[in-house]
Amino acid sequence: MGTDGDVMEGHLSMLREYLPILLFLGIATGLSAIMVIASLIVARQHPDSEKLSAYECGFEAFEDARHKFDVRFYLVAILFIIFDLEVAFLFPWAVTLGEIGLFGFWSMVVFLGVLTIGFAYEWRKGALEWE
Amino acid sequence: MLIHALCFYLFAAILVASAVMVIAARNPVHSVLFLILGFFNAAGLFVLMGAEFLAMILVVVYVGAVAVLFLFVVMMLDVDFAALRSGFLRYLPIGGLIGLILLAELALIVGAWSFAPEAASASQLPIPDPSQISNTHALGLILYTDYVYAFQMSGLILLVAMVGAIVLTLREREGVRRQDVSRQINRTREQSIEVVKVPTRGGV
Repeated sequence: MGTDGDVMEGHLSMLREYLPILLFLGIATGLSAIMVIASLIVARQHPDSEKLSAYECGFEAFEDARHKFDVRFYLVAILFIIFDLEVAFLFPWAVTLGEIGLFGFWSMVVFLGVLTIGFAYEWRKGALEWE
Repeated sequence: MLIHALCFYLFAAILVASAVMVIAARNPVHSVLFLILGFFNAAGLFVLMGAEFLAMILVVVYVGAVAVLFLFVVMMLDVDFAALRSGFLRYLPIGGLIGLILLAELALIVGAWSFAPEAASASQLPIPDPSQISNTHALGLILYTDYVYAFQMSGLILLVAMVGAIVLTLREREGVRRQDVSRQINRTREQSIEVVKVPTRGGV
């Protein structure tokens, strides 16, 4: 814990570590903008309806790309997000495990236990099976 | 310091612009892509505030998972957007009325806004120095002990979400052969094949 000035200084030193990422971001944005704009300027463009239509090995496109698919994909995605969040909670816990003591340890165990109930439920219901 | 301010205005401007595009884009897939752009810029703002952990979680959870889920939903909707827009004028009065009611409610809330007396002292709490303690560490020190109820509640909410998703979407399908390893292995020769004595020229 320091004074406000120290906090500001520490904050800026942390941000300095992100400077390479910012530079990469700028380079990536600039490069992709150059590619798009240069192809607009340099290349000859004579668009017509045939050139702009969807190309599918010489025949007409069968159907719209957007069509219904099975709701099971959705279920798998939701279950993935839930366990993703569970793991996200584990990171700070793992970092501070030595300092938060037994109470912190058991509070995470209870949290994991609650989610394990859900996991057992989904296993028994066969939500993880793909038939 | 100048770069800091420039980055803030850049991220904030892109965030607001992409948020506007989320509701203004005609193609819902473009809306979701603008939403992802908005998530990235919000993560950038979090980094500028010094909340590294939240920024990374935002990217991992929201961009990696929630946005993918939104894309699923948008793909699964399979709606004809021309048909959807055809009743626009017909629904304009009632839609506008609901919008006005929401606006009035928001105005009432903002008008009656007042800060709790404890809020000022709470914001005066010392912020840990980022050069001495990492963001994740500072979060872990309080999340599992001081905020244990909120933490356990988040676990219960995740449980409810899990059960709800299963109840809503899981259906037993008729006529599907599931793989059941123990039953497959325990099959005997007698159960599986039958030797039939076929009379000559008789057929089975």
